Amino acid sequence: MDGILISLFSAVESGTIYALMALGVYLSFRILDFPDLTVDGSFVTGGAVAAISIVNGVPPVLATFYAAIAGFLAGVITGILNTKGKINPLLSGILMMIALYSINLRIMDKPNVALLNEPTMFNQIEGFWASLGIDNFLNGIFTLAGSERVPGTWAILIIMVIITLIIKFLTDYFLKTEVGLALRATGDNERMIRSFSANTDILTIVGLGISNALVALSGAFIAQYGGFSDVNMGIGMIVIGLASVIIGEALFGTKTIARTTLAVIGGAIAYRIVLTFALKFKFLETGDAKLITAVIVIVALVAPKIIATQKEAKRKRKKRAMLASGEGANNA
Amino acid sequence: MLSMQDIAITFNEGTLDEKKALQDINLEMKKGDFVTVIGSNGAGKSTLMNMISGSLKPDIGTVKINDKNVTMLPEYKRSQFIGRVFQDPMAGTAPTMTIEENLAMAYARNKKRTLKIGVSKKRKALFKEYLETLHLGLESRLNAKVGMLSGGERQALSLLMATFTEPNILLLDEHTAALDPSRAELITNLTGEVVEQFGLTTLMVTHNMQQALDLGNRLIMMDKGQIILEVSGEEKQKLTIEKLLHEFQRIRGTQMENDRAILG
Repeated sequence: MDGILISLFSAVESGTIYALMALGVYLSFRILDFPDLTVDGSFVTGGAVAAISIVNGVPPVLATFYAAIAGFLAGVITGILNTKGKINPLLSGILMMIALYSINLRIMDKPNVALLNEPTMFNQIEGFWASLGIDNFLNGIFTLAGSERVPGTWAILIIMVIITLIIKFLTDYFLKTEVGLALRATGDNERMIRSFSANTDILTIVGLGISNALVALSGAFIAQYGGFSDVNMGIGMIVIGLASVIIGEALFGTKTIARTTLAVIGGAIAYRIVLTFALKFKFLETGDAKLITAVIVIVALVAPKIIATQKEAKRKRKKRAMLASGEGANNA
Repeated sequence: MLSMQDIAITFNEGTLDEKKALQDINLEMKKGDFVTVIGSNGAGKSTLMNMISGSLKPDIGTVKINDKNVTMLPEYKRSQFIGRVFQDPMAGTAPTMTIEENLAMAYARNKKRTLKIGVSKKRKALFKEYLETLHLGLESRLNAKVGMLSGGERQALSLLMATFTEPNILLLDEHTAALDPSRAELITNLTGEVVEQFGLTTLMVTHNMQQALDLGNRLIMMDKGQIILEVSGEEKQKLTIEKLLHEFQRIRGTQMENDRAILG
């Protein structure tokens, strides 16, 4: 019992941070219908810009903001490659991803920047939070639930839930505005929205910009959360984003935009929980995480279809059986 | 309202596939004109449409809307003035978005898109009023996704979306061709109603000769990229399918090739 609650806690904690990245992937992948691989690069760009800014004395909040701007620019360039350069969406993203690898190295000037003794958004808040004394109360609940170990701080979880929810509501609102509607139509039926005087090139560019700004924001938080930024921390990030989107949609539904964005956040947290517990199996190593991710995505994609097919087959069998027994009764 | 002068375009120029898609096209439309366009496949009807909408740019010649030269204006800018209904009922609406959201996008056509909510309460009431004019009961399904509607319903919605902001020009590109006969008739009637209601300047391409005769005050026949016949006013009202086919044979010296055009 002991380790489980604390593992669950940190899975939820990092899940809320990765949720921002998942929201970004949702914007490009679902709303714009643009499989944007820039994410693997822009996530690191976010971490790199935040880390190098903090090391150079920029206040963490401002450093995080710079990270989002850098991500926005990366997305904008992918958008320009696609719309103005007429390069296929997948290839535009791949080109930008590979270019960002070098750019990220340049930003950090080395493969890894540590933030161990630097101020971060989180350790700045932790001090204030600890003075409120709420942690004692929350940890009390933990102890009551049978856990001997308690989380070091609740500040990160609380602040990330607040930030993620604010961004969720802003996204929901934006997608309902006149510009937001046009953005959604660009992914849904580009020819139609162009015939209603929308500049689909600009919408795609801005949409990818916002998407990658969220991804970079997530990268900036992860760097501050983990205490370092690494040039390889973005590998497979797009797949993790897709996993979050797909799991979330399968678990929580997609009835409205507000429901779907909540589902994506839930999906990001669910993914972290599944991964954490999968790694608890003795025969799996930390290096297997990417393989597990791939398996999770495959299961999330295939399972709902198999379940639906089986349900349908069962319904038909039942109907046939009912008809057959009905006829049997008539004949007798 | 619309003026096309000496328009010509050639596809694949200098190759074996060279095709003079439009030649010497001159067309003047006054406000409120309703022109129907007929012609066999490959006559240049769709190219003419695309030339007006801006998805194609002419090799030579000018296109003017409201005396403004729009020849080189990109499609999305030009569509401020132009409403368009496509042949494919799926083409004119966004399927994963709701009826009210689709209407809100159409409503923004001739305005600047802002960061204000697209479907406001006030607009909702307005959209309901417009939907009632279709008599399809869509006004009670504002929150239904458009992908759930039938082809006829989607085409009726497309027609409404293309017209209710009163564009300078309405382009109808065989917009009833993909529907079953009863739905096609419904859309044809609706077309007549909205064009009259808003006094829209309309250009309609059709393969259905009867439809071309029933609707509009002018008719043009195209063949091999040229306008070969223009009829208007009383003369058009007296026109029959037989007369049209006869005219075609007289001008071209051959029978019209396309069975679909004759049977329609």
